[in-house]
Amino acid sequence: MKNTNLAKRLQDSAIWIFIALELAFFGIAGEFLSLSDGNFLAPDNMLLLIKQTVPLGIIALGMTIIMINGNIDLSVGPIFALCAIVMLDSMTWPIFAGLGDGVIVIAWALAILVGVVLGAINGFIVWKTGVDAFIVTLGSMLGYRGLVFLYNGEQPTYHLNWTLVDIAESAPLGIPLPILIFAGCILFTWWLTKRTVHGRNAFAIGDNRTAAVNAGIRVGPHMVWNYVLIGLLVAISSATFYSASGSVNPNDGMLYELWIITAVVLGGTKLTGGRGSIIGTVGGVIAIQLMRKGLGHIGADTAMVNLVIGSILIVVLYLDRQLNRKGEEELNS
Amino acid sequence: MSAQAPVLELKDIVKTFPGVIALDHVSLDILPGEVHALMGENGAGKSTLMKVLGGIYQPDEGDILVAGEKTILRTPLEAKGKGIVFIHQELSLAEELSVAENIYMGELPRKSLGRVDWSKLFSDVDEILGRLNCNFNAQTIVGDLSIANQQMVEIARALTVEATTVIFDEPTASLTDAEKVVLFDIIEDLKSRGVGIVYISHRMEEIFKISDRISVLRDGEYRGTLKASDTNQDELTQLMIGRSLEHTRPDLSQSNGDVALEVKGLSCGKLFHDVSFKVHAGEVVGFYGLVGAGRTEVAETIFGMRNKSSGEIFLNGEKVEINSPADAIAHGISLVPEDRKGQGLVLGMNCRDNMTLPQIDDLTVSGLTAPQSEQEIFKKYRDQLEIKTPNWKQTVGNLSGGNQQKIVIGKWLSMHPNLLIVDEPTRGIDVGSKSEIHNLIRELAGQGYAIIVISSEMPEILSVSDKIVAMFHGEIVHTFTSSNVTEDKLVQAISGIYEPENAA
Ligand SMILES: Nc1ncnc2c1ncn2[C@@H]1O[C@H](COP(=O)(O)OP(=O)(O)OP(=O)(O)O)[C@@H](O)[C@H]1O
Ligand SMILES: [Mg+2]
Repeated sequence: MKNTNLAKRLQDSAIWIFIALELAFFGIAGEFLSLSDGNFLAPDNMLLLIKQTVPLGIIALGMTIIMINGNIDLSVGPIFALCAIVMLDSMTWPIFAGLGDGVIVIAWALAILVGVVLGAINGFIVWKTGVDAFIVTLGSMLGYRGLVFLYNGEQPTYHLNWTLVDIAESAPLGIPLPILIFAGCILFTWWLTKRTVHGRNAFAIGDNRTAAVNAGIRVGPHMVWNYVLIGLLVAISSATFYSASGSVNPNDGMLYELWIITAVVLGGTKLTGGRGSIIGTVGGVIAIQLMRKGLGHIGADTAMVNLVIGSILIVVLYLDRQLNRKGEEELNS
Repeated sequence: MSAQAPVLELKDIVKTFPGVIALDHVSLDILPGEVHALMGENGAGKSTLMKVLGGIYQPDEGDILVAGEKTILRTPLEAKGKGIVFIHQELSLAEELSVAENIYMGELPRKSLGRVDWSKLFSDVDEILGRLNCNFNAQTIVGDLSIANQQMVEIARALTVEATTVIFDEPTASLTDAEKVVLFDIIEDLKSRGVGIVYISHRMEEIFKISDRISVLRDGEYRGTLKASDTNQDELTQLMIGRSLEHTRPDLSQSNGDVALEVKGLSCGKLFHDVSFKVHAGEVVGFYGLVGAGRTEVAETIFGMRNKSSGEIFLNGEKVEINSPADAIAHGISLVPEDRKGQGLVLGMNCRDNMTLPQIDDLTVSGLTAPQSEQEIFKKYRDQLEIKTPNWKQTVGNLSGGNQQKIVIGKWLSMHPNLLIVDEPTRGIDVGSKSEIHNLIRELAGQGYAIIVISSEMPEILSVSDKIVAMFHGEIVHTFTSSNVTEDKLVQAISGIYEPENAA
């Protein structure tokens, strides 16, 4: 019993230990290897790093809940791009011409609407057809990307509104707005998974679906709500990011799903559902961003970064299995 | 009692699955404050009938009357809403979640904003666990509990709502005697409060101990309802399987074969220590003890599922190192596991493929599977074990609980092992097939197989073993031979109060 708890606790904190190791390594290695003379661990650099995790991070929160529930969402990339296109383009629509900067609020609302609707579509198809979520969202990933290209062909969509950029770049209380938004989303999703009936039911469904059905949990509607939630979070992420940049390429968000799933799994969420945590996922996204930045800092190129992160993912999952085994040995004793 | 209106009535229920008529015009009524036992062979349709009652299956025909009113139960939730609580045959728990969340699954107490009311949840559950004398608390993670304790969690679900009817589908299959006593107390308590109880079990002693009326199903047909006080085992057996059973103890052949397995000083962490014994070819060695005495763990260690911390294993006189089940299989050891769902079966695969799974390599011809030989193996063991399935293509998950167990046994028998270890071989198996399996074990011993049988049922151990190893707290207390064993001595041995001097 004791050992099981120890193993569990080790597992829960594994990602943070890993982050600490990364920090130590890049802090020291950076001194010797880096071409720039900036200190990797400088607060400014760290703040920037966290800011850069925001777009993926917010979506990963939603993915965590989807995966706890035993599903997956591969279509987050194109939804991310579509929300941005609608947000930026809507500001140029003639009907909103008289609104001045009030159009910003409408643009945000439209982006959110797009995310929620596309998420709901995924959810309803998964529920009503009973087709595996992997297949459904693989289909919608292709389909939604098609919509992105239909909108503006190969052309980027852009619109610069300086008020919007100012808001996006603002830093109330000295903390960049995106980080505050991220923090808000973390709090909300943490609360949802830990404290609410909906969240706990998601765990039950992912862990043992038959048991959940037998217990009278309405599995379908729960799944739809979770897809709506991830749609909402993708929209928030997209609005946060593109309000500052003002321009979307039709290929934006490609491979996001893979990075996000990697981060979520690194953070201790089970691919098959039933186990996972928001805090773990936050650790997962930060660990990946640290790795990318850190390797860049000591002069590795992108190819190298991908190789390293891929290997780490496998090693982490292997260690996780080993820890689980240790726990099982003590069962019944 | 006869004056009371039934809490629940089933009228002419028909339920078919592709190729199977699981229920053929079955009627049943449950009175308030009675324990109504439901009996029948494996695959007779007991669980199916109860799933109709529990809102899990919809009947093709027939009516359900709750408190005299015709009712349609579309989902488990609706059934629960009508006060029908279902304790399932197969554990249906979320292992990563806490005991409390499992017990109140689907009905977590809420506060504002859809929040879970944790303090109410935990205190309610701790109160229920207290009534059940459980030695774990509301916040324990279910996956950390033993199978028996998980069963207690299932049972605790019956106490959460104001039930009018509680269905127990083979609740005692993995309980210790002490836990059974608690369960029977709970049933008495529910009874006295006017709850109607449906109780499914293959264990005759239990049925006669607690039930008021007994209904029998056979091949999906209703065979009648008897008062427990007016009937006896033979009449019931006759009704269930259409013939009576001879109560003969199978021949015990005195073994004269070589030592097939010798275990010396085997230990595994805290689970068991210094276990030594021998099994001869042609001999059945029974391992008897309470749930948790370490019997299963010894078997799993011999089979390479656990790493031993010290000790040696000899097969046919040669020392062997077994580090994985694959090693064990290569040495001709087979294990029929206790937990068939988790370890024995691929539930989504069909019957034939499950049965031939461990020897698929031997059956392939230049890399291609050989359906013909697979078919033959399947047919042979289907007939020998009387497995009830429409055809080989049936998904194992759709078989009745007892028939799933038979598939597991068939699977390992078909391997013609040198050493066969069977852990609780007749759990959830009906009386007819039970003696069938006992005979089969004796027959195999007669053919020279060395066999280890682990069982918590005294009659079973006594009837099949040549030698009985009694375990207590991870240690071997004593090894009895079939001539000097008595029930009393066995009971003393497994509760740790046996004095070897007394041995004859
Ligand atoms: N979902 C299903 N699909 C197809 N066949 C099924 C399904 N569920 C049950 N059956 C079949 O219906 C019959 C009755 O099964 P049931 O589980 O009710 O038996 P049981 O009386 O509970 O037996 P046991 O004592 O072994 O638990 C069996 O032949 C079984 O194979
Ligand atoms: Mg059954």
